[in-house]
Amino acid sequence: MTLDEQIAALPPYALSMGMSVERIEDGAPVLALDFSERVLGRPGFVHGGAISGLLEMAAIAALRAELARRGNPARIKPVNVSIEFMRGAGHGRTFALGRVTRAGRRIANLSATVWQDNPAKPVASAWMNVLLAG
Amino acid sequence: MSTDDAPEAAPADPFAQLDWGNQIFEPEKIAALMCGRAHAAFLGMHYHAHGGDWIELALPWREDLVGVAETGVFASGPIISLLDNATSMSVWCRFGGFRPQATLDLRVDYMRAAARGATLIGRGECYQIKRSVAFVRGVAHDGDPADPVAHVVGTFMLTGPSMTSGTAS
Repeated sequence: MTLDEQIAALPPYALSMGMSVERIEDGAPVLALDFSERVLGRPGFVHGGAISGLLEMAAIAALRAELARRGNPARIKPVNVSIEFMRGAGHGRTFALGRVTRAGRRIANLSATVWQDNPAKPVASAWMNVLLAG
Repeated sequence: MSTDDAPEAAPADPFAQLDWGNQIFEPEKIAALMCGRAHAAFLGMHYHAHGGDWIELALPWREDLVGVAETGVFASGPIISLLDNATSMSVWCRFGGFRPQATLDLRVDYMRAAARGATLIGRGECYQIKRSVAFVRGVAHDGDPADPVAHVVGTFMLTGPSMTSGTAS
């Protein structure tokens, strides 16, 4: 999928939150979240729910790219997600990249990380399982 | 609700003005305060009900919060935000006062899509508080608690000194 195709695939929630597609990295899109009042949690820090939403969007976007490569038109239905928070995300932009651990016929196992200035210092990470519906 | 970008902490932010040590703990009022600002205000979250170790927040459906434009189902992000806030406040309900805390982890199971247009109720329950960690669980439903949309378990790190209502900080 091209950058433009990934941008067009972002749902209303992602757009209203201020998420965008920054670039494509190894075939998967890097998402970016702008800091604003609408994603603010405790003063000065991005809300954990907004970070979680960004992680899920990145994981799903990576899977969407992988399914497109395979010519698989399956619908994606989330089954569960587990998020670990390592450090606070302050002012500035927040980035997320998803990975497809395995995409089978019915289930895909995904992961994603969120960072701000340095990908080696993650803000949060998640794993996610989704159903692939025909 | 403000949609302006606010890179500097707004001086009027009620959270920043909260007197953690001396504020009388009233779940309904604190929920209104927490839901009236920032991310929760943008999503449109509000207080629904509470008990000794639980609290319920409501999240009305909105077009710009959907995850699939064609079907209009709620995105999962707002559901996590709802459950994060409800479980977080449930810790204060059980403790009977405020204490600063940070989400350590959350695990959410999605049982089914929420009905288009339906208001979600997020119920958070704190079932144990230890010295450093509070343990929580909860559900999100769209009318029938026995047929939930999502289930959550999680933990919060207690990041500061204990403060009960009415005591000096």
